[in-house]
Amino acid sequence: MIGLQHYLVVGAILFVLGMFAVLTRRNAIAMLMGIELILNACNLNFVAFSRYVTANVEGQMIAIFVIVLAAAEAAVALAIILAIYQELRSISPDETNTLKG
Amino acid sequence: MTVTAAMFYLFAVLTVGSAVLVVTTRNVVYAAFSLMLTLCSVACLYVMLHADFLAATQVIIYVGGILVLVLFGVMMTSGKLDMKLRMERGRLIPGSLVGLILLALLIRIIYQSPWQVQDTNMLESTTKSTTQSIGESILGQYLLPFEIVSVILLVALIGAVLISRKEVKEIEES
Repeated sequence: MIGLQHYLVVGAILFVLGMFAVLTRRNAIAMLMGIELILNACNLNFVAFSRYVTANVEGQMIAIFVIVLAAAEAAVALAIILAIYQELRSISPDETNTLKG
Repeated sequence: MTVTAAMFYLFAVLTVGSAVLVVTTRNVVYAAFSLMLTLCSVACLYVMLHADFLAATQVIIYVGGILVLVLFGVMMTSGKLDMKLRMERGRLIPGSLVGLILLALLIRIIYQSPWQVQDTNMLESTTKSTTQSIGESILGQYLLPFEIVSVILLVALIGAVLISRKEVKEIEES
């Protein structure tokens, strides 16, 4: 019988993988993919809780808001990455250590 | 093993396997396409959790929107032959150590916490679509967050356009 814990374990593995990507990648876009993995992990947890614990759609509402904010975050992050690339010809986070354009 | 359990394990293995590929592959285009597989299998897990509307939203917004955006970013920022991702040994060992410790801690917490789970026999009988109740929640209890989120989307849109456009002032002057 598949229960709450199975989904939570999948969410935990996704979260750890996303955090690993953010910690080890030296490419801003690959780090962004790690952040998307983290957001998906928390969404999976929200939906699992809304199915097994509260048994209504509240968790799904929060998940929808998280998806919308992920879209906004991806748009702004990619715009910043493009601006940095035009300035420095590199998107390694180690080399972008100045705020002045 | 029932069909439901087999389906769950299939999609769970697909999700985790493609996520591992996202994190470990050296080609950033491969990483983007395995991210697509991860997002689609998470949508399948949503379907198994009876969240049909959310699964459709996941496919439309993540796979159709965010992933295309990420691929655009990959295409526009990788130079001639710079598709390869470098992974430094010095960061690999501390990163995996922190990840494994955190995973062990999380799984221990998940299996030791006394979750207040509802009666599963009652849950299986409620298989109606969630779209109606989500719509009623958006225009009822969650009206204010909904409006705020729409303003945030507008702000993010304008901000992204402002940040990523080229400077046209100097061209006009010269």
